[in-house]
Amino acid sequence: MAERGTTRKKRHALSTRLWHWVNALSFFILFMSGLNISNAHRYLYWGDWGFMPEQAWLEVPRFPGWMTIPSYYSLAAARDWHVLFAWVFSLGLLLFMIAALRNGHFRYDLVTRWRDWKPSAVWADIARHLKFDFRREGSKYNFLQKANYGLVIFILLPGMIFTGMAISPGMNAAWPWLLDVFGGRQSARSLHFIFAWLLFAFTVGHILLVLLTKPDEQIGDMITGGIDDEAA
Amino acid sequence: MKRRNFLAALGAGFLGGCSEIGKTGTFKALVEGAQDWHRGIHRALGAGRITMAPEYHRSEVSPHFRGNGTTRVGKPEYDASRDNGFADWRLAVTGLVTTPLELSMDDLRALPQRTQITRHDCVEGWSAIGEWTGPQLSSILALAGVQPAARFAVFHCADTLGNADYYESCDMDDALHPQTIIAHLLNGEALPEMNGAPLRLRLERQLGYKHAKYLTGIELVESFDHIGRGRGGYWEDRDSGYQWYAGI
Repeated sequence: MAERGTTRKKRHALSTRLWHWVNALSFFILFMSGLNISNAHRYLYWGDWGFMPEQAWLEVPRFPGWMTIPSYYSLAAARDWHVLFAWVFSLGLLLFMIAALRNGHFRYDLVTRWRDWKPSAVWADIARHLKFDFRREGSKYNFLQKANYGLVIFILLPGMIFTGMAISPGMNAAWPWLLDVFGGRQSARSLHFIFAWLLFAFTVGHILLVLLTKPDEQIGDMITGGIDDEAA
Repeated sequence: MKRRNFLAALGAGFLGGCSEIGKTGTFKALVEGAQDWHRGIHRALGAGRITMAPEYHRSEVSPHFRGNGTTRVGKPEYDASRDNGFADWRLAVTGLVTTPLELSMDDLRALPQRTQITRHDCVEGWSAIGEWTGPQLSSILALAGVQPAARFAVFHCADTLGNADYYESCDMDDALHPQTIIAHLLNGEALPEMNGAPLRLRLERQLGYKHAKYLTGIELVESFDHIGRGRGGYWEDRDSGYQWYAGI
């Protein structure tokens, strides 16, 4: 590809960097306003309906003010934040996906091969990770990074958006099939909660790994774009 | 500044910033505007058809139906009417109609009835499924005759929450929707008091707080300015209240 040399001088494309920070901001606002919303009814159910604690598969702890937006209990204000930033989050992901398809980010950096999934190869990658050896062969990311980013970008983030839409009665009337996909409104609500915590776990791991491996350079590169050392 | 202090300051600044932004007029205006996008998009996704709330099978009905908000009206006039089987209860249809109406329970039962098994979603997050029966609001409005200027239907209630009369409202699209009924039966029996006896609105494409209970009147209006604090509902009038469009 002739254009590859020119478009890939930077380690991170402008579209990737913009989306990274917009997504990080909207994720924290959605997560923290979501914890405030969770405080309104701290029980999760499977199926279409549920309102009694004895039906719940999980009693969720009450989240303290420092974990929530706003920092006091207000279902109404938390919902205002949540539905507004759901737009930023969803449209941001959509635009990033279009850009990443067009500039080859998905093809070059995230696609894995069948042989990468062999248990021995995966195990070798885990062993290297534990030694903080993040060498990668001919690609920007090693296998574990690809697998994690792939899971987040193609499963957890869209899952967050679609389970959220399946909780909305207006959407249920417009797209009733969403309820069938997730097995009912209360199942969609439970999955929304599970996906949110999986994304939170990813975020914690992601931040820790950045902090443990040249944080100034890594954060700087995500702002300025950095230099792609493998571009040559 | 040490990095740890910097991160703590960043976190505190983020939280403080969010609280401040939440109070600004711009943020409130954005939230207000977003309601119209949500309503518009939910309707547009129907691609020309009337979008219908899912209906369920009788076997999926919840064993009992949770009551929320007002569960006892606690007013002598209401108690007297209830003890008398609501024989003197009247539903007034007023505002921008050609013929104002005063309908008794028998009048409402004499109209064509719709029975629907639907899911009720509370803004808090829980859901319950029940079978509701009553006349469609569209057939009541056809009797009264809708004036062209009417833009919203306002639902007046007998209950008072926190010193303010409960009321709610919806646009004419929802008012004339086939699943919008004035229910007098829940699971084949007269409504219990906690679920809104003798009459409650079912507005199936929106959250529970829109489903006004203890209905005394339906008023067609062009704007909400003369009702409550002018925002179209009991919750909408609270300083930190829920949004008027509750399809989300």
